[in-house]
Amino acid sequence: MMRRGLARVSAFFGKSRRDAELEREFAAHLDFAIEENLARGLSPMEARREALVKIGGLQQAREKHREARGLMKLDILLHDLRYTFRTLGRDPGFTIAAVLILALGIGANVAVFSVVNTLLLRPLPFPNAHELVWIAPPPTKCGLSCATYSTDAYDEFRTGSRSYQDVTGYFAFSSPDNLTLTRNGELIPATSIDVIANFFQVLGVHPAMGRLLAPRDGIDGAPPVIVLSDAWWRRQFNADPKIVGKTLDINHQTVTVIGVLPPSFDFGAVFAPGTKVDAITPLTLYGPPRDWGNIITMIGRMKPGVSLPQAQQDAVAVAPRMCWNNKNPQTCGQYKDGVVPVQLKDYVSGRLHRSLILLWCAVGMILLIACVNLSNLLLARAMARTKEYAMRAALGAGRMRIVGQLLTESLVLSFMGAVAGLGLAWMLLYWLAHQGSVALPLLNTLRIDGAALGWTVLVAVAAAVFFGLAPGLRTAAGNLQESLKDSGAGSGLGRRHERLRSVLVIAEVALASVLLVSAGLLLRSFLRVLDVDLGFEPARAAAINALYDDNVPGDKNGDLGAQKRGVIFQQMIARVESIPGVQAAGVSDYLPFGGNRSWGLPLPKGIKAPKGLDGPLVYVISPGYLRAVGTSIRGRDITWDDGPHSQNVVIINQSYARFIAGLAKWPSGDAVGHVLDDGSPGGLLVVGIAGDVHEENTESNTGWQIYYPATQSNPTGAQLVIRTSLPPATLANSVLTALRSLNPKQPASEFRPLTTYVDRANSPRRFFMLMVASFAGLGLLLAAIGIYGVISYTVTRQTQEIGIRMALGATMGRVQRQVLGSTLRLAIIGIALGAVVSLAAAKLISSLLFATSPWDGVTYAAVALALLAVAVVAGYLPARRASRIDPMLALRAN
Amino acid sequence: MSPSKLDLLQGTLDLMVLKTLSAMGAMHGYGIARRIEQVSGNQVLLNQGTIYASLVRLEQRGWIASSWGVSGNNRKAKFYAITAAGRQQFEEDSLYWRRLTGVMDRVLGLNHEPEDLPGAGGETA
Repeated sequence: MMRRGLARVSAFFGKSRRDAELEREFAAHLDFAIEENLARGLSPMEARREALVKIGGLQQAREKHREARGLMKLDILLHDLRYTFRTLGRDPGFTIAAVLILALGIGANVAVFSVVNTLLLRPLPFPNAHELVWIAPPPTKCGLSCATYSTDAYDEFRTGSRSYQDVTGYFAFSSPDNLTLTRNGELIPATSIDVIANFFQVLGVHPAMGRLLAPRDGIDGAPPVIVLSDAWWRRQFNADPKIVGKTLDINHQTVTVIGVLPPSFDFGAVFAPGTKVDAITPLTLYGPPRDWGNIITMIGRMKPGVSLPQAQQDAVAVAPRMCWNNKNPQTCGQYKDGVVPVQLKDYVSGRLHRSLILLWCAVGMILLIACVNLSNLLLARAMARTKEYAMRAALGAGRMRIVGQLLTESLVLSFMGAVAGLGLAWMLLYWLAHQGSVALPLLNTLRIDGAALGWTVLVAVAAAVFFGLAPGLRTAAGNLQESLKDSGAGSGLGRRHERLRSVLVIAEVALASVLLVSAGLLLRSFLRVLDVDLGFEPARAAAINALYDDNVPGDKNGDLGAQKRGVIFQQMIARVESIPGVQAAGVSDYLPFGGNRSWGLPLPKGIKAPKGLDGPLVYVISPGYLRAVGTSIRGRDITWDDGPHSQNVVIINQSYARFIAGLAKWPSGDAVGHVLDDGSPGGLLVVGIAGDVHEENTESNTGWQIYYPATQSNPTGAQLVIRTSLPPATLANSVLTALRSLNPKQPASEFRPLTTYVDRANSPRRFFMLMVASFAGLGLLLAAIGIYGVISYTVTRQTQEIGIRMALGATMGRVQRQVLGSTLRLAIIGIALGAVVSLAAAKLISSLLFATSPWDGVTYAAVALALLAVAVVAGYLPARRASRIDPMLALRAN
Repeated sequence: MSPSKLDLLQGTLDLMVLKTLSAMGAMHGYGIARRIEQVSGNQVLLNQGTIYASLVRLEQRGWIASSWGVSGNNRKAKFYAITAAGRQQFEEDSLYWRRLTGVMDRVLGLNHEPEDLPGAGGETA
């Protein structure tokens, strides 16, 4: 069998030689026959005639020979392909329109498939990624502080649990630009994350160069080392191939570069989407961080064969033994119910699940609309080519052969569209992969891979069958004789075609309206999100990470440092406020939409803390910060006089104030002037109530917040916030100059408008909204083309009829109205159908909406109006043409 | 052509060609076609041209081999000869054919001679 197959393939190629040989055999055959007939005594004429009769139909014999020796199917296919390219080349307008429509449909599908594949289908870019789990309590309102563990708790979990190969983690409270690299006298800000030394072993990341962290790097007092990210190594160090072993001046310390991470590992892309992390440094687990409280996020790698429920059981068993601080026995057990492993992948991209599915459905609909449109175009073409097919059928082409030819055409169009679509998808993905500010995970790994190519082929074939089969069967089913006689226009076949085309247009309008409703609802949600009162005013405010040195030799209890800090901050703020255009300035260690943490739950004296409550988020601020960031205060702001030796004061936010006022049953219901117990002798005097601020994102409810003066508590850093009447960017240089005049070690940190923080938090919603909206726009455009095509064709077909009616006295207006009327009829049926489907679809996406009802009347009405308007425009052009028909010309034409 | 001639069943022409070549040695296409017509007593409906499709099929399977040569009356022609594999195939196919025709004969003869097939007799009684 094998041998014959090879012979056939080789015969397929040596076609002309083999045909020639066969002809020689035929010639010899006839010669033998004629000779024999002559010998039998026939006349030469008769001898030749009989020989020809005996050999039979030569053409048939040739075909049989070719069929037996070669690959007939492939021959036919090649023939069909050649024919297809010829016919498509003859009609470039149609070809370009069809390929463009398909390119948009397929391109959008491939791009979205790649996004879905990267975020949802593919495992995380780590070996055996299914073993990796994110270990955290169920979501609470106290932010990262409640999603993290103390070093003692981490140690207990790591040694006490049995389901894990190993457990690692990283320091969750690094702020951006926490490193200052000094190179050639230049101060360069950079961001690093402190990780536990076994971090890369647990994740299974290998270095591109040098080595990654080892246990010895995490020992207190170990020589400082740093691992560079691929991007930073390229950007900052010109991809220096000898970087490993070199020393850098970082934070005015000598730090050795031990390795470079591979390009495939980007910390930000996995754990902190939308942020850039330049380097990884070891967390000295047994140094000072020991007593910093909850600072570590935990990531575990389960043993092979251990299931997630088993790991969860294990965690439940270990949790009661974990202590916040081992020296403090009453803190043991506080992590009970707060240690829950989930798949790391679910943590990274789980909450995007619904949005991605929605996106996938939306592009699927785009493809449907594109196919319907193309079906329509092909039907119109098929109408024009009815006679061609009838002729071919009359000449003996089988029905399957004609359908095959039509399917070949569809496939060729589809694959041309797929190639163009791949180009579009590639561009879209390239753009997406370089959107550093979109807070979606793993975007940097977006690319067109084998799976995406496979998907492209699948989509292209499915599309070709979908849009090619209906017109193909229609054409092939046509009555041969009728078609040959038929003049094309006005025949029964024509009417049937037209009905099918109308149905297709209605389907298109319905699909487009479902897309538009979804996009409209998402847009309304997004506008609602933008309208939310954040509790601060990001517009016209910006922040910069300001460095300061508050070290005082021999400072026992931190009071001297606090005093020094107060002086530094006061100078800093005074200097910055003297810059023209600066209205207010202040310092906080954390910003809204930045990081956050909590310290405990200070309550009025004598009141026992109700169980299971998380403490307020803590911000250590300077006087003027709340004004600079745009948060309202009732009572008074913190002042420079609230120093280390005076009464400790705090400002708390409204929700927290309301809660403790209710708890303490204060008659006035107001917390201002009351003292909260934080374990210190004097307690905390509440001097002001601040407005509720959204701390992490726009969409969740606000929690409790408490503000401590930087002169009484130790901040983890200083984010200098400036409110200005000018565009913030114009102040960047003068602010930096002012900071450097006070501290020459101030690096050129980024001067970030606060809106960038808010935009980053809103970016996933904006991203999905924009995607769905552009797909809806595309759907609308395709629907408009579809309507135009059908109405325009109908007008052409009815030229004669319209001519007669105008000759009989119909006015231009009346003809126009009639054409527009039939357009609107199609549109209205489509819109009504679409509205019904939308109602069901909207229910499905209701969890993605924000403060918007899935039955939002405004959206539905707007969509209906938009579609009607588009239908009117699409129908107006043919209507105008119809009304300009010259009756005499029209009647003469046929 | 006369309607009383036999239409060839699928595959039978190949077997006839093999038989002819195995009995007669190397032959050209016309010779094979004539031989089949003569042996069958002109009973077979054969478009002589279709024999070439059969020949190319058999050659691709390796059962016959071909080469251009010169015939007795000094004409150039392509000669076909059966190969060892072809002989073996012919043995198998002719055995199969004999069995098939034997069974067909018996089945078709059923109505007239039921006693030839013990156990089947009751049904026709």
